[in-house]
Amino acid sequence: MNSSQLIGITTFTYLFSTILYTAFFIFKTKRLGPLATLFTLIAFLIQTAGIGLRWVESYQMGMGRAPLTNIYESVVFFAWTIIFIYLIIEWKFKTRIIGAFAVPFAFLAMAYASFASGITKEIVPLVPALQSNWLIAHVVTCFIGYAAFAVAAGLGFMYLIKNTSETRQSTNDSTLLGSLPPLKVIDDITHKTMVFGFLWLSIGIITGAIWANSAWGTYWSWDPKETWSLITWFIYAITLHARYTRGWGGTRIAWLAIFGFISVIFTYYGVNFLLSGLHSYGSN
Amino acid sequence: MKNRNPIWDFFTSVKLALFTLFFLATTSVIGTIIPQKESAQWYIDKYGETTANLFQILSITPDMYTSGWFLSLLGLLCINLITCSVDRFPGVWRQIKADNLDIPLARLEKMDPQFCWQLPTPPASTASTLKNDLRVRGWKAEERTLANGLLLFAQKGAMTRTGVYIVHASILLIFAGAIIGSSFGFKASVMLPETRTTDTVYTFDTHSSINLGFEIRCDRFNIEFYDNGMPKAYRSQLSILEKGKVVIEKAIVVNDPLSYKGITFYQSSYEPYQEFLVTITDKKTGLNETAIIPYKQQQNFTENGLRLGIINAEAQGQSVSRMKIWLTDDKGEPSLFWLTDGEQVTVERATTKYAVSAKQMYATGLQVAKDPGVWVVYSGCALMILGLIVAFFMSHQRIWLYIREETGGTSSILMTGNANKNKAGFEKIFQTLTETINKV
Ligand code: HEM
Repeated sequence: MNSSQLIGITTFTYLFSTILYTAFFIFKTKRLGPLATLFTLIAFLIQTAGIGLRWVESYQMGMGRAPLTNIYESVVFFAWTIIFIYLIIEWKFKTRIIGAFAVPFAFLAMAYASFASGITKEIVPLVPALQSNWLIAHVVTCFIGYAAFAVAAGLGFMYLIKNTSETRQSTNDSTLLGSLPPLKVIDDITHKTMVFGFLWLSIGIITGAIWANSAWGTYWSWDPKETWSLITWFIYAITLHARYTRGWGGTRIAWLAIFGFISVIFTYYGVNFLLSGLHSYGSN
Repeated sequence: MKNRNPIWDFFTSVKLALFTLFFLATTSVIGTIIPQKESAQWYIDKYGETTANLFQILSITPDMYTSGWFLSLLGLLCINLITCSVDRFPGVWRQIKADNLDIPLARLEKMDPQFCWQLPTPPASTASTLKNDLRVRGWKAEERTLANGLLLFAQKGAMTRTGVYIVHASILLIFAGAIIGSSFGFKASVMLPETRTTDTVYTFDTHSSINLGFEIRCDRFNIEFYDNGMPKAYRSQLSILEKGKVVIEKAIVVNDPLSYKGITFYQSSYEPYQEFLVTITDKKTGLNETAIIPYKQQQNFTENGLRLGIINAEAQGQSVSRMKIWLTDDKGEPSLFWLTDGEQVTVERATTKYAVSAKQMYATGLQVAKDPGVWVVYSGCALMILGLIVAFFMSHQRIWLYIREETGGTSSILMTGNANKNKAGFEKIFQTLTETINKV
């Protein structure tokens, strides 16, 4: 058993988790709930083992390094963090329905990592610029933030759906949307998740700046990736202020949670593929 | 006493903050789509003359992020932050320092959550029992005697009300650090061949020369490779010299620079030469000599008519891995041998032995930065994280216990309290307190 196999298995287990949570949500079969949680927990442990094993393998190949330094590894870690944060929310707020809105993100991330072309799964050694503990800190903290924002977007989505139903303020198991938590609760969890993400994104941007400074002597150079992370940070700062000082809540915050996550995706994915594509297209 | 004039109101408003942040976010996008810091010709070739001109007029190119209008937006954010804090902080400070025992009882009676119970002891001794109870649970209570009873007050985390202001101040500190860095620092670079010394570097933006005030020498540069041929490390052995004397020696790699007198040298690039650095030591006399030898040229050493040439080389890309050396001192046939880059061999000749080492010659590309503001920026960053944790996860919790004297010398107690954030969390704490506090 090697790490690629373990991580490969994870993709399918998260798909199965997604199905279980969705079935639990739609058919309200009470027994499916604990099963979904148990299954997700096992998938999570398999993934943890896979990531750990990959680390060990890199040492066996004589280039020991944390498994966090290319697209494949970071997306895998992203999925891992989403599940981690989701499981904490499930445990803290005692609600399983959120799983149907959060776990799919982890599955999609894993599917992307596993099947997208142009993503290498090989363990390659680190070029000199990437050999830095600040880089590891940077990747870990950014992805905790991104994962929290993914969960917040899932919650925002859930809020908007629930908002269309008559059972807005209550839980009423007899209808599909009725079984979702009351709007106030969703709103509160969304906000808390975004606050958590904002803290980690801030730390992520800071550790990235420290890394840049130790490698090149400039902590900020307005390159597209840096700038986009700052744009994302501004969007969430706006969201926090609108809520705290102007009393925004509900639908607006739900939309901002989704909008913010789109900016996250662009920061991570778009900058690499769309903007650099734009540049190389232009210079051809 | 507040000065409510419209201009002040404008600059202190959160609406302005939302507006500024929104504009910063949206305009920042432009500079990520239109490449920055290219030449004027580059923009004309790419976008055409008219569009390129328009970009220039709008200061979108060549460097939007240092243009007047973008810096003004950042400046506006700072002014907004300062005025907003100046406006609100005194009020927050008054809340922190407030005399909480001086509170109308009517307000206590309306507060939520509440808990009431009776104790058979008179108010004074009830107060001391309860105070003790609270102390055990980490609440230090103050006490004041009222007309018909006693009031106890205890609080936690009053200072956490400053969290938001710590975050806001940290942003100003980061800006201050950036301004210090760009006013009193520089970013420069230099290409320094092995064995050479320089005291001059060249700035990025204007290519003007800067005198370091000391000298730096590159003693050696080498590249290490992984087994699969990928570069593993670029390493420059550097020496800093003051008046010709070495004061510091350090091998730098990417991510591990050398700092001296506030100036930092970063490994950033390199340039291979078609020349070789050859060192020969006569093992008998101990005489030692180093020379720079171009490829396929014969070099005369001073000793014994010694001559040496590099007649062949194997390379990975532009980096030579092995070279073939021709050596003679006219005592017998010339020696011909292969030598791995950077290693040493012993060559036996008729009358003596020579230790010969050779390596391809490189220039190391150093990035040179002076940034006296960087520690201000870092302090700002640390402060921001601290402030965020305080603002997000800590709250100011207050509890009051009003002990009223009842007929017959017993006490009835009203406990209430509040927190400025995380009400649910506070209610739990309050609940536990009501369960454990002395009720007999
Ligand atoms: C990028 C810049 C900014 C960041 C990162 C930031 C961050 C924060 C944070 C973390 C909070 C705390 C929210 C909470 O209580 O949990 C906050 C609150 C606040 N901010 Fe900002 N802020 C920024 C800019 C501004 C500006 C320019 C203003 C100017 C008006 C402002 C005014 C306020 C106010 C009035 C509050 C509420 C304070 C309170 O609860 O008493 N912020 N800010």
